[in-house]
Amino acid sequence: MLLNYKGLAQKIGVFLYKTSNNSTEKIYLLYPNFSKYKTLLLRHKKNKEMATDRFQGVDYFQIDELLTEEHILVRNSVRDWVKREVSPIIEDYAQRAEFPKQIIKGLADIGAFGPYIPAEYGGGGMDQISYGLIMQEIERGDSGVRSTASVQSSLVMYPIYTYGSEEQRKKYLPGLAKGDLMGCFGLTEPDHGSNPSGMLSNIKDAGSHYILNGSKMWISNAPFADIAVVWAKDEAGDIRGMVIERGMEGFTTPETHGKWSLRASATGELVFDNVKVPKENIFPNVKGLKGPLGCLNSARYGIAWGAIGAAMDCYDSALRYSKERVQFGKPIGGFQLTQKKLAEMVTEITKAQLLAWRLGVLKNENRASAQQISMAKRNNVNMALQIAREARQIHGGMGITGEYPIMRHMMNLESVITYEGTHDIHLLITGMDVTGINAFN
Amino acid sequence: MNILVCISNVPDTTSKINFNDDNKGLNTAGLQFIINPYDEIALTRALELTEKAGGTVTVINVGDASTEPTIRKALAIGATDAVRINAAPRDAFFVASQIAHFAKGKNYDLILCGRESIDYNGAQVTAMIAELLDLPAITIVKMLEINGNTATLEREIEGGKEIVDCPLPLVAGASEGMAEPRIPNMRGIMSARTKPLVAVEPIAIDQLTEIVGYDKPKPRSTVNLISSDDVDKLVQLLHTEAKVI
Repeated sequence: MLLNYKGLAQKIGVFLYKTSNNSTEKIYLLYPNFSKYKTLLLRHKKNKEMATDRFQGVDYFQIDELLTEEHILVRNSVRDWVKREVSPIIEDYAQRAEFPKQIIKGLADIGAFGPYIPAEYGGGGMDQISYGLIMQEIERGDSGVRSTASVQSSLVMYPIYTYGSEEQRKKYLPGLAKGDLMGCFGLTEPDHGSNPSGMLSNIKDAGSHYILNGSKMWISNAPFADIAVVWAKDEAGDIRGMVIERGMEGFTTPETHGKWSLRASATGELVFDNVKVPKENIFPNVKGLKGPLGCLNSARYGIAWGAIGAAMDCYDSALRYSKERVQFGKPIGGFQLTQKKLAEMVTEITKAQLLAWRLGVLKNENRASAQQISMAKRNNVNMALQIAREARQIHGGMGITGEYPIMRHMMNLESVITYEGTHDIHLLITGMDVTGINAFN
Repeated sequence: MNILVCISNVPDTTSKINFNDDNKGLNTAGLQFIINPYDEIALTRALELTEKAGGTVTVINVGDASTEPTIRKALAIGATDAVRINAAPRDAFFVASQIAHFAKGKNYDLILCGRESIDYNGAQVTAMIAELLDLPAITIVKMLEINGNTATLEREIEGGKEIVDCPLPLVAGASEGMAEPRIPNMRGIMSARTKPLVAVEPIAIDQLTEIVGYDKPKPRSTVNLISSDDVDKLVQLLHTEAKVI
């Protein structure tokens, strides 16, 4: 406690009373002043996790002018929602390595599930820049929460919408948009990460149904998902997509524990032991690796925006801290080495914003190539991770605590730089694109 | 039930306020504008009432075209339609006259404003609209319930609250507590695209006041930190410097 309230009250002969709610404790000192009592309010936070989120957006190059009024309203609304629903609780959940399940309803209500899926299927019917801005703002709160929204939108709703039959769309999409159904996406296997075409999961035709065997690993949302979009090879060796429902016999989702990253997100495995898959659960409209890669293009695009959010949060916190923290008689923001870090951060964020915006315009016009998306994902996630590390240094020792979001972002970004195509694989995609020579194998 | 909600377009609460070189107007460069927070409370309560009892919520703003993003947000939150009186707001009487002129004869059951706008804090518009329309005005309202043709309102007063019953129609100024403002969701934002937002030309109003100039408050003095053990010093400073005890 900053002050000895009781001693003070006794000393000056005033009344003292205390009120408190979940987040703050207010202590009033009442003292007589002419005919009225005046109150002197002293308050302190009961709970450090409840610290106010003072985030302010970064727009050094008036990039807002490239956005429409509606884009800005989308971004600001999601930003307000994150400040109200995510920031106050996320550090606590991350510390306890627990997914805050209660925010699923909020994510659905705000419209974070399937923003670009047409409204007739329960989606938002919005454009790709709106989707990107939603991902940016959610990841500004936490990469794990953004992962949940990304998976639901780009890896579950997108393939059902793009590759699914009309019956599949109608059966699953409205529930997914409302958050009544949660989905996950199974592509990566224990022995096949960067090389998904080597997958071992397989389906065999058993007349009235298929029999699915295999396992998937590092699956966000797996522990609580109601459905899984799963990719497995058929007897001809073609990769096929299908919807697996929780409750199907032989389908289990063990949780992955002990992560130092995405701690507020639930990760698990998908295990298929002779799972009977009804034939109507197979996507009719896609065969081959282009199916899962189409989903990944959409998700990677969202990540390219999302990473900007994490970077902005680290920069915003570092900038504020550098103006408040005094050493050697002046704020540390007044020293050249701190300014170098901050100046480079805002420069890199600005470049990433322009890259994402341009990619969004191309994606709206259906002209964004997989290679362009790879470049943006790779650049922006790496940018965010470097900024998190620099911001951690500016915060000094405070940077390693949960008082500030930095360490949480930094650890989260270690996953983000690896999942949905590693940093190195994306580099090789660009390398192959510019040289025309495959360096993968 | 048809409700008219008056909304102001005000600088975001975190904005750094600067004035033009002649100190006669606000320098809007770099400012973010929002719906006046008290008006947002009024809007939310209006939506809650019409969701229960049916009816429409029309938002009205007196402002030039630059206020349309703010109005569009009100539509995204859930208002049925919107009207913009196409004029820069000069003072409270100008604004109230425009709104009263628009509302006259339209039989709104309820006209809601914020208790005050957070830019100029005049807290006059509610009462002026009521006077111009010959309706009751109830200000600083923390709770509003409607039963049939009667409104029950709870007002904040010094050291307590006042409970008022009043037949509709009436004009009320919303304060904290009346409703928890809503954040627009994506569906609301999409539906706002097609909701009507009509610009109406203003009526001529005599200018009753003139802004002579603005001045900023003196910069804050530095914080004087006192050790938690040193109660004597705190008491002394509260007495001699702050002069509060």
